[in-house]
Amino acid sequence: MSAKRAAFDLKNLTQWILPVAIIAIWQLLSSVGFIPERVLPSPAAVVLAGWKLLLSGELLTNMWVSFRRAIIGLVIGGGIGFSLGLANGLSRRSERVLDSTLQMVRNIPHLAMIPLVILWFGIDETAKIFLVAVGVFFPIYINTQHGIRNVDAQLVEMGHTYGMTPAELFWRVYLPGALPSIFVGLRYALGIMWLTLIVAETIAASSGIGYMAMQAREFLLVDIVVLSIVIYALLGKLADSLARLLERACLSWHPAFQRN
Amino acid sequence: MNTRVEIPSIQRETLKPAARPIAGLPIQVEGLKKSFGDNEVLRGLEFEINAGEFIAIVGRSGCGKSTLLRLLVGLDAATGGSFRIGDDEPNAVDRDQVRVMFQEPRLLPWASVLANVEVGLGAQRRSPDGRRRALDTLQRVGLLERRAEWPSVLSGGQKQRVALSRALVSRPRVLAFDEPLGALDALTRISMQRLLEQVWADQGFTALLVTHDVAEAVTLADRVLVIEDGRISLDLRIDLPRPRERGSADVAALEGRILRELFKNARAGDDA
Repeated sequence: MSAKRAAFDLKNLTQWILPVAIIAIWQLLSSVGFIPERVLPSPAAVVLAGWKLLLSGELLTNMWVSFRRAIIGLVIGGGIGFSLGLANGLSRRSERVLDSTLQMVRNIPHLAMIPLVILWFGIDETAKIFLVAVGVFFPIYINTQHGIRNVDAQLVEMGHTYGMTPAELFWRVYLPGALPSIFVGLRYALGIMWLTLIVAETIAASSGIGYMAMQAREFLLVDIVVLSIVIYALLGKLADSLARLLERACLSWHPAFQRN
Repeated sequence: MNTRVEIPSIQRETLKPAARPIAGLPIQVEGLKKSFGDNEVLRGLEFEINAGEFIAIVGRSGCGKSTLLRLLVGLDAATGGSFRIGDDEPNAVDRDQVRVMFQEPRLLPWASVLANVEVGLGAQRRSPDGRRRALDTLQRVGLLERRAEWPSVLSGGQKQRVALSRALVSRPRVLAFDEPLGALDALTRISMQRLLEQVWADQGFTALLVTHDVAEAVTLADRVLVIEDGRISLDLRIDLPRPRERGSADVAALEGRILRELFKNARAGDDA
């Protein structure tokens, strides 16, 4: 058991070798003056900038603002996408009414709506939440519908022969059968969520990580700009890790998620 | 090969029809027809099945034997004619009395072995002894110790045994099998055949076995119905003592007779 555990830890460590090496080389090149501070500050300088912003409270405030926009947008857009995906996956009639319209709207890049969104909502919270919601809607909608549609028809027939009610059929057959596909949609949506937020906050915002980066650019504070990018990367990684953890917990029956 | 033949040899006494409880329901089929568009698959079938009888339905692929089974278990609606199970209304299927086992196990991959068996309780799932009955049935098929596992880790034969206990747990009075052993290897098939015969002997349900394996039909059934071109071309009673041995002279003689019937009307290049 302990040998197995040690091997597992070692495997876990392996994935950190490359990032740590890159940061070490970056620091080395900055320290010897090969990379000018104006172009790219050293990792130490970025950490220092982060520490200062942390102490002033500015960092946490902006992170909280961005996080809040991301989550609210995800819940609204994802919730609507999930509901419509279920409806159109389960009912052919609902699909006939809604699907072709939704597919047309899908072909509009949602970031192209930024000028319109600014006209509609100004640059307050609603604008950012709206854009995030539109962005996460489609991956969740499409993957939920696809997941429901692809539930094994033989299992559904089995459920019928054993007298399952429509509710039981949904909870015991359709939903668990669609879950792997829904998780694919969720992870894809999380990527789009951060991307949308970065763009929206950079263009039109008065708070948040993107706003912090744009303000720093005005004053040529390259270390804060780099810090903002790193924070986006970390938040993205964190969201994806949480989704994977949830996926692993919910899909433990799936051969792809079974250990050994 | 991890499927062992672990079913003890069957005692002759337990297989005498008189010694079993009569739990099966009789089935009457009158002029049953089924068409898909212009394609008439069943052209007026006419037969009766006694309570507790083990019937095998054989025929070439596409002869309509699986269609007949799907009608009798209520998965499809007949185009004409009628059938009657026990005292039920014509063409009505009481889902809790009639169970079906398919060629594929059709287990829920996201439910444990035990939970899959409990699906079979159907309308009785809220009954207080449901869990105990599910466990008993799992023990009956020799998979009690695998109850907490996911179906994906089981072998093909084990999955079919779980599907069998799911079909048995509600103590059905008619059990229909649609080529349930078709996807299994030869040794697993033989042990599954013995298991089917045993549970049928114990519980006395009416058994309907659709199969393309004539030897299997002769080994297991009281009566073999041969379906050709949507009609019954042969209704043969098998009066051999049980358990029957595959490959014995009696079994082989009857098997030969059914095969001759099946090939009598076959034209060259006609086999599907």
